Amino acid sequence: MNSMTTTAPDARTAMRPATAATPVLRVEGLEVTYYTDLGRAKALDNVSFTLNSGEKMGVVGESGSGKSTMALAMMRMIKPPGRVEAGKVWVGDTELVSLNTEDMRKARLGKIAYIPQGAMNSLNPVIRIGAQMVDALKSHDVKGSSAELRDRCFAALHSVDLDPGVFRMYAHELSGGMKQRVCIAIGILLKPQVIICDEPTSALDVVTQRQVMETIDRVQDEINAAVILIGHDMGLMAQFVDKVAVMYAGRLVEVATVREMFTDPKHPYSRALIASLPNLENKGVFQGIPGLAPSLLRLPSGCAFHPRCPHGNQDPQRSVRPEEVTLAGGRKVTCHLYDAEGVKNG
Amino acid sequence: MANLLELRNVSKVYQRGLISSHATVALRDFSLTLNEEEPTILTVAGESGSGKTTLAMLLLGFITPTVGEIVYRGKNISGLTGRDRMAYRREVQAVFQDPFAVFNPFYTVDHLLSVPIRRFKLASSRSEARSKMEESLSAVGLRPEDVLGRFPHQLSGGQRQRINVARALLLKPRLLIADEPVSMVDASLRATILETLRNLQRDYGVSIIYITHDLTTAYHISKSIVVLYRGGVMEAGDVDKVIKNPQHPYTQLLVDSIPWPNLEQRWGQQPIQARSGQAIGEGCPFLPRCPHAMDICKTRPPLFQIEPKHAAACFLYDKQPQIAAEKLSEQLPA
Repeated sequence: MNSMTTTAPDARTAMRPATAATPVLRVEGLEVTYYTDLGRAKALDNVSFTLNSGEKMGVVGESGSGKSTMALAMMRMIKPPGRVEAGKVWVGDTELVSLNTEDMRKARLGKIAYIPQGAMNSLNPVIRIGAQMVDALKSHDVKGSSAELRDRCFAALHSVDLDPGVFRMYAHELSGGMKQRVCIAIGILLKPQVIICDEPTSALDVVTQRQVMETIDRVQDEINAAVILIGHDMGLMAQFVDKVAVMYAGRLVEVATVREMFTDPKHPYSRALIASLPNLENKGVFQGIPGLAPSLLRLPSGCAFHPRCPHGNQDPQRSVRPEEVTLAGGRKVTCHLYDAEGVKNG
Repeated sequence: MANLLELRNVSKVYQRGLISSHATVALRDFSLTLNEEEPTILTVAGESGSGKTTLAMLLLGFITPTVGEIVYRGKNISGLTGRDRMAYRREVQAVFQDPFAVFNPFYTVDHLLSVPIRRFKLASSRSEARSKMEESLSAVGLRPEDVLGRFPHQLSGGQRQRINVARALLLKPRLLIADEPVSMVDASLRATILETLRNLQRDYGVSIIYITHDLTTAYHISKSIVVLYRGGVMEAGDVDKVIKNPQHPYTQLLVDSIPWPNLEQRWGQQPIQARSGQAIGEGCPFLPRCPHAMDICKTRPPLFQIEPKHAAACFLYDKQPQIAAEKLSEQLPA
């Protein structure tokens, strides 16, 4: 485990009692920096959001925008030269950043599960699926006879629509979609409150993708967990999530419900993302986003998006970093076009 | 009209096992003709295991067909020698799926682009080679000064994929085989790469075979589409007709599962039947998952004409005129 990210456990903050209105996941001011040979790269900058149980949030952004770093930081799996600099991650009434290594190990999978990108390649090829599932149970102090543990695994396999026979199989005997569902089954074994899925279907074809997403949807209902779906496919987001967070150069630039995002995107980057989507009406129209994602080592001054922004060729966009503002209805946007009262400027 | 490329009843069977031999039909009785005069973009769509990559490998001559022949400019590609073989190698180019894996990390972009120039003796001097490189990079929307002299790790996925296209373009190909060229790049960069491909077809007269599982991009870039499932053609025709009005139950399932970025258009109206590993034998490959399965489906359905430039291999349409497998290309608009 990575002890660099561990701060001393603080019993007072770690055990704050939950109130009824407390969301199941609260991320406050999360910051991650990678100390590379070329300088410091701030991969995650003051990321805050909340999520209620049963809610699904999508996180979209280009490669290198910090989506996966956010997931890893929440799991406390950032490896050196990366470092969690600041921030708190509350799951229910437990604060993850201040947990000690052993408690954090238990919290992973127990409270917060992570289904990594290309999860199908994360299964051990020489151990049966069942043994890997039982291993996950045992390492989280689940007591019981081997028959009881096995039944629990069968139940998890059943809830992802897999035959109990998979328990005795090896990873190579399964198709990509089945392996992905095995990973989901392992993820829900301990009924975590939060499930983070990092591009769970990017390597799968559309039919299998739909099957996997429907599976996630159903098991989420069963255990009433909060789900974070990381990806760059806005189409998938439209079909699956309740709210969307758009990430750009390590910051959340807009957080809104899926309906608000698709009918009335506020941030120019969100607008460009949505305009670049293909649909049945605009055949043959290709509208990419001009320019390239900035290097985290040399972020542009002011708003990091300003070199690519249609409104970016002026001040304060070029010189001042925008702050997050809350608009009517609780949606959040980080852009100079909107002022502190959430009124559109200009 | 001269034919650039012809596939005549091509099948590819993979044999496995010495004692109990087990055969997988990766591509079955596939015929296709590409015309020399009318460059087109043809999509070959299908899920993993549908035989689409086998088709790409056959076209590139990496594997030989078990049955049938592939004819390039009137000559079977397995028997090409000397000058003909060089011409084929130069004129049929490929862009592969993973822009991160195809580059040698020790070589700069210049090296990557100058090897084909030397190999095919495209330039007589160093400055001519340089200007050819710059020309092809500009054609794919890259600034030569941004990428020349750089190493692959200094470039983004989208830039690398466009360098692949530029490398192919350098050789003035007649046919480009693009195997999932955008599935590994960001959604925001996909548009740029697809536009590059379309401009290649329009401005340089390159025919493109676009192999993908993504019907949304297929719809936007191509004129015609062939939908494969477990090695067989399920549906083929004009891309507008096939995607807006799919007739084969498999294509209907595919189109129904596209996550359109549209809140009003929900996916998943049609339940998915589990895919079974059972051998399909001589029947319709989609039979085990088909909601309309009938007794007759245990024999292999031929293609039936649904409407002009639209055909489906399904007995639901057996009142329609039947089309021979060799005539598939007549269903594809140029």
